[in-house]
Amino acid sequence: MSLFNQSRSTVIRLIFLGIFFIIMIQLFNLQVVSNKYQQMAMDNAVFRKVVYPNRGIIYDRKNQAILNNTIMYDLVVTPYEVKKIDTLALCRILEIDTVEFKRRMLEVRLKNGNFRPSIFEDLLPPQLHARLDEYIWKFPGFALVERPVRVYPYKAAAHIMGYVGEADSGIIRRSGGFYRLGDYVGRSGLEAYYEKVLMGQRGITKLIKDNNNRLVGSYEMGRFDTPALAGRNLRTFIDVEVQQLAEKLMSNKVGAIVALDPKTGGIIAMASGPNYDPNDLTGPNKQKNYGRLALDVAGPLLNRAVQGNYEPGSTYKPMGALVALDEGLIGPNYGYPCGGFYQACMKSVKCTHDNPGHAANLRLSIANSCNSYYSHIYRMTVENSKMGGLKKAFPAWKIYLNHFGLGQKLGVDIPGESNGLVPDTALYNRIYRGSWNSCTNVSLGIGQGEMQSTPLQLANAMCVIANKGFYYTPHFVKSIDNETRADTILNKYRVKHEVLTRISDEAYEAVTSGMQDVVERGTAQAAMIPGINICAKTGTAEKYRIIDGKRIQLEDNSMFVCFAPRENPQIAIAVVVENSGFGSTWASPIASLIMEKYLNDTLRSERLKEVDRIVAANLMPPYLGRLQYIEDSTRAFRWYNMTKDTSYIMKFLKRGQPIPKPANPSKPAPVLINRSASLPEKLKVQKKTGTII
Amino acid sequence: MNQRNPAISKGIDWVIIWLYIALVVIGILSIFSVTYREGENVIDSMVKMRSDYGKQTFYFIISLVLGLFIILTDSKFFTATANIWYAFGILLLLLVFPFHTEVKGTNSIIRFGGFQLQPAELCKVFVNLALAKFMSRIETNFTRPRSQLIAAAIVLAPALITVAQKETGLALVFFAFFIVMFREGLPAGYLVTGFSLAVLIVATLLIEKNTLAVIITAIAIAALYLMRRQIKRRRSILFSILLFWLFCVGIQRFAVPFLFTNVFQKHQVERIFSLIGRENPYAKLNKVRDEAPATKPKDTDYNVRQSKIAIGSGGFAGRGFLKGTQTRFDFVPEQRTDFIFCTIGEGFGFLGSVVFMGLYLFLLLRIVTIAERQRSVFSRCYAYGVASVVFFHITINMCMTIGLAPVIGIPLPFISYGGTSLVTFSVLLFILIRLDADRQMVLR
Repeated sequence: MSLFNQSRSTVIRLIFLGIFFIIMIQLFNLQVVSNKYQQMAMDNAVFRKVVYPNRGIIYDRKNQAILNNTIMYDLVVTPYEVKKIDTLALCRILEIDTVEFKRRMLEVRLKNGNFRPSIFEDLLPPQLHARLDEYIWKFPGFALVERPVRVYPYKAAAHIMGYVGEADSGIIRRSGGFYRLGDYVGRSGLEAYYEKVLMGQRGITKLIKDNNNRLVGSYEMGRFDTPALAGRNLRTFIDVEVQQLAEKLMSNKVGAIVALDPKTGGIIAMASGPNYDPNDLTGPNKQKNYGRLALDVAGPLLNRAVQGNYEPGSTYKPMGALVALDEGLIGPNYGYPCGGFYQACMKSVKCTHDNPGHAANLRLSIANSCNSYYSHIYRMTVENSKMGGLKKAFPAWKIYLNHFGLGQKLGVDIPGESNGLVPDTALYNRIYRGSWNSCTNVSLGIGQGEMQSTPLQLANAMCVIANKGFYYTPHFVKSIDNETRADTILNKYRVKHEVLTRISDEAYEAVTSGMQDVVERGTAQAAMIPGINICAKTGTAEKYRIIDGKRIQLEDNSMFVCFAPRENPQIAIAVVVENSGFGSTWASPIASLIMEKYLNDTLRSERLKEVDRIVAANLMPPYLGRLQYIEDSTRAFRWYNMTKDTSYIMKFLKRGQPIPKPANPSKPAPVLINRSASLPEKLKVQKKTGTII
Repeated sequence: MNQRNPAISKGIDWVIIWLYIALVVIGILSIFSVTYREGENVIDSMVKMRSDYGKQTFYFIISLVLGLFIILTDSKFFTATANIWYAFGILLLLLVFPFHTEVKGTNSIIRFGGFQLQPAELCKVFVNLALAKFMSRIETNFTRPRSQLIAAAIVLAPALITVAQKETGLALVFFAFFIVMFREGLPAGYLVTGFSLAVLIVATLLIEKNTLAVIITAIAIAALYLMRRQIKRRRSILFSILLFWLFCVGIQRFAVPFLFTNVFQKHQVERIFSLIGRENPYAKLNKVRDEAPATKPKDTDYNVRQSKIAIGSGGFAGRGFLKGTQTRFDFVPEQRTDFIFCTIGEGFGFLGSVVFMGLYLFLLLRIVTIAERQRSVFSRCYAYGVASVVFFHITINMCMTIGLAPVIGIPLPFISYGGTSLVTFSVLLFILIRLDADRQMVLR
C-alpha cells in the first residue's frame, strides 16, 4: 500500500513538472525564439511622429523670393474632448449646417478614432481664422494648428514652380515607402524636379502612446529621435519682373514665351498661356480650383513652353542656312532666282515675295524669308552627293538639327518636357513605303510638315546661333544653397554643348546679318529697340483643327525667335502665339517688350501703351467654347450613364426645349432609365445645330 | 507535546512562509508597475489606499493577521469544524443568489460597503477542509464506489452552484480536488477515462465530424478484430465494445454540440474556437442568452494577442522594472488581475519568468513533500488539496496568458490583484502550515 501511495505522489509530482515544462517551452517560444512580438509591441506602443521641415524657398536672379513659405491654420478636433459646445455657433462661423458638422465629426471618428486630433477643416482663409481665433476658447476639443503653406508673392511663374500636393499611391509605390500617405510632395515644375533638395530631411520623434492612442510622452527620452533639416533654397536665373511681364502679355492668348540667357542657358522667363495664379493651388480652395483648371479645355495647367509642339515654320530657316553653309553647299553669296513660287518639285511652293532678287544672297533670303530659297537649299542638303545621296544626307541633316537641340528632350529642370520631332528616314519609309525623295517632304525646308518643336527648343536654337555654336542645357536653377559635391543634380547644366562651333564664324555672321535685317528692314520691324542690335526671325505656321467632324482652318500660329544684342548676346527669346496670324503681328512686339524690359531693366513710357494693347487683345481661339461644351456635355452624359444622376446632364438638356417630364410620375426611375437610350440622340441634335457658346 | 510547548514558531515550515512572502511581494510590485504613474506619491497612495497596490498591501496585511490567528489556533479546531465551515460555505454561495451585484458579467459577487466578496473563492478552503475530513474518517473506505460518490458530491456541489452564478472558471477549479482523490486511491481508471473523454471532446472540436466518426468506427472494428478470441468465449465483450462505440459517437455527434449550443455562453464558445483558430460552427445555433457585456466590440482573441505581445516583447532578459511599454500603458486588458503575468514576462523576460515559475514549482513540490510527511490522513489530504488548487490556478492562468488555453478568468495565486483571492490563498496556506506544525499528531 505504501509503495502504491508513494508512486501516486510521484505521479502527481511528475504531472506538476510536466505541465510546468510545457509552460516553460511556450514561454521560451514566445520570448526567445520568435521575435515578431517585439515588433508588434513597438507598433502597439510607439508612435513615429514625423516632423516636417520647411521646404526650400525659390529666389529669382535678384534674390527676390518667387516662392515662399507662410503659416496657415487647420481647424483640428479631438472628438473625445468635445463636450457641450455650442454646435450652432461653430457651424455659423464655419458657414456649414449641423448635418455637415455631424457628418464631419463621424468621418473624423471613423478615420482617427476618438482620442487622436484630426483635421476638421484645413487651410482656413485668413478672415475665418481671425474669427475662429477669437472664439476658439468656447469650443473645447477644437484647436487651430499651424501648417506651413507655399505662397507666391508675385503671383507669377505658376508653370515653372509647379505645385505641392499629397503623395498619391503611385508616388508612394515608386518611392519604395519613403513617402507615406498624407506626405506633401512636389507634383510638377521645380517643386517636383528639385523635390529632394527642397524637401529637406524629415525628422522623426518617437512617442509613447497608450491603449487609446493618446500620446503620453517621449520614447526612451528621445534617444532614437532624428531632427528635421529644413529644405535648401534654390537660386534661379528667373527675373521675376520679366516673368510677370511675359505672363501679362500672354493673357487671353494661347501660346508660350521662353527667354534664355545664351551665355549660361539660364531661363530668364517662361510663360505659357492661358495661365493661372499659383496661389490658387495652395490655399483653402485648392481642390476646387484644381478641378476647374483641369477641366478647362484651353489647358491652363499645360506648360506650352516645354510641352507645346509647334511647327517651327520660317524660324527654322536660319538653321537650314547654317547646315547648308557648313556642308559647303552654298556660300554667303549664294542666290536663288525666286519668282514667287518654288516649282522644282511637281507641286509649287508659294513664296511671300515675287520681286526678282529678293533672294539674291543668303542675307537677303533670310531678311525676306524666301520659301523658294530654303526649299532649294533643303533639297541640296538632303540630296548632298558628297554625303552619298538622300539615304545618308538626310540622317546627317537630322543630326545637325539634333545638335541645335531640336527633336529631342533638352533636359530642362522641370518635368514633362516634350521631345518635339525631327523626322528620320524610318518615318518616311513607313509613310511612303520607302519610295520618297526630297520633294516628298520639301516643306521641311521651310519648317513645316512633320517637323515639331517646343518654344524652349526654338529659344535654345537661338542661343546656339547667338553663341556661334554652343549652348548650355536650358535650366532655371543657378545654384543650391549650401551646395556640396553630393549635389549632382546641377552638373549636367554646367556642361557646354559645343558640337556646332565647327561651323565657321563667317557662316554665323552671314546668318546673323540676315536676322538683323529681319528687324531693321524685314518682317519684324515692330521689334526694333533703339540702341540695340536685334537678330530675329519671324515665322508663321498654318493650323487646322477638326471640330464636329469638320476640318476647319484656323488663324496661323504667330512665331518669333530672336536674340540681342548681336555683339554680346544676353537674351534669346522664342514666342509662339497660337491663332494670331503673321509672326510680326503679335509675337514680335511681345518679344521686343521682353527684350527691352530685360536689357534696359525698364520700359519706355510710350511702350506701356503697346503693353496695354497686347494685354487687351483677346486671341483665344474661337472654337474653345464649342470644345468646352462638347467636353462638358459628354462628361455629364458619361456621369449620367454611370450613376443615373441627372443633376449634371439636365443643364445640357434644358437648352432649346423643356425638361422632358417622365410619362408616369408615380414611377419616375424606370422611365428615366429608358430615356437613356435616346439621350445621345439629343446630344447629336445639339451638335448638328453647332451652337457655339 | 504542543500543548506543553506553546512557542508558536515550533514546527512552522519557514520555507513555505518565505516563499509565500516572496510571491506576494512580487505580486504587489507587479500591480505597482501596472498602476503606478510618474509623479505619484507612493507612500501617500499606499497609506490612503488610493491605488491598487496600496489596497493589495492592505489585503496582504490582513492575510498576515489572519495567518497569525490561524497559527495560534489549535489544529483540532480545523478537523472539528470542517463540516460546519463547509455548510457555511454552501450557505454563503446560496446567499449570492438574492444578494449578488452583477460585475463584469458574473453573478458571483456580494458587495457590501466598498468591498466585494466572492464566496466561490472562499469556498475552496471549506471544500478542502470538508474533503479532508471525509477522507480521514475511519469509516471511509475509498475503494468503495459509495465513498467515491460522496467525495465527488462534496466537491461538485459548490462547483454546480458556481456554474449557476456564471463563474465557470472558478467552478473548474473544484475539479482540482480529483488530484487529492487520486492520491487517496481513486482508481487510475477514472483518470484515464476522464482523460480519454477530454481527448474525444478536443478531437470533436478539431476534426471534421464525419471523419471523426469514421476514425472511431475504425478503432471499434480494430478492437473487435483483436479481441475476436475473447469474444468467442464471452459475448458480453462484444456488447461492451459496441456500447463503447455508440457512446463515443453519441458524445461526438450529440453531446458536444448540445454543450456548445445549450450550456456554454456564446463568448465562451468563441474563446474556445479562437484558441484553436477555427470558425465557431455553432455561432448561429447557440440558444444561451449571452450575458457577457457587449461594450467591448474587440475581436475574441484580442486579450490573448495583446498578452502574447506583452510577454513576447520581454525577450530573453526583459525590458526592466517599470519599463514595459505594453503593460505600462494598458494594452493588455485585465492586466492587474487575470493577466498579471504579462508584467513579469515583459519586465523580466524569459529569465525572470523561469525564476518566477521556479518559485511556484518549488512551492508546489514543497507542499507535496509536506503532505507526504504527515501522519494524519486529514493533514495529508488537506495539503494535497492546497497543492492541487494552487497548481490548477497556475496552470489555467498561465496557459491562458500564453495562449495555450481559452480565456478562463481565474487569478494567479498570490500575484493577481484581488482581496478575496489573496486572503483565500493565504488562509489555505496558513492552515496547512498550522497542520504541518502538528504533523506528529494524528488528527481525525
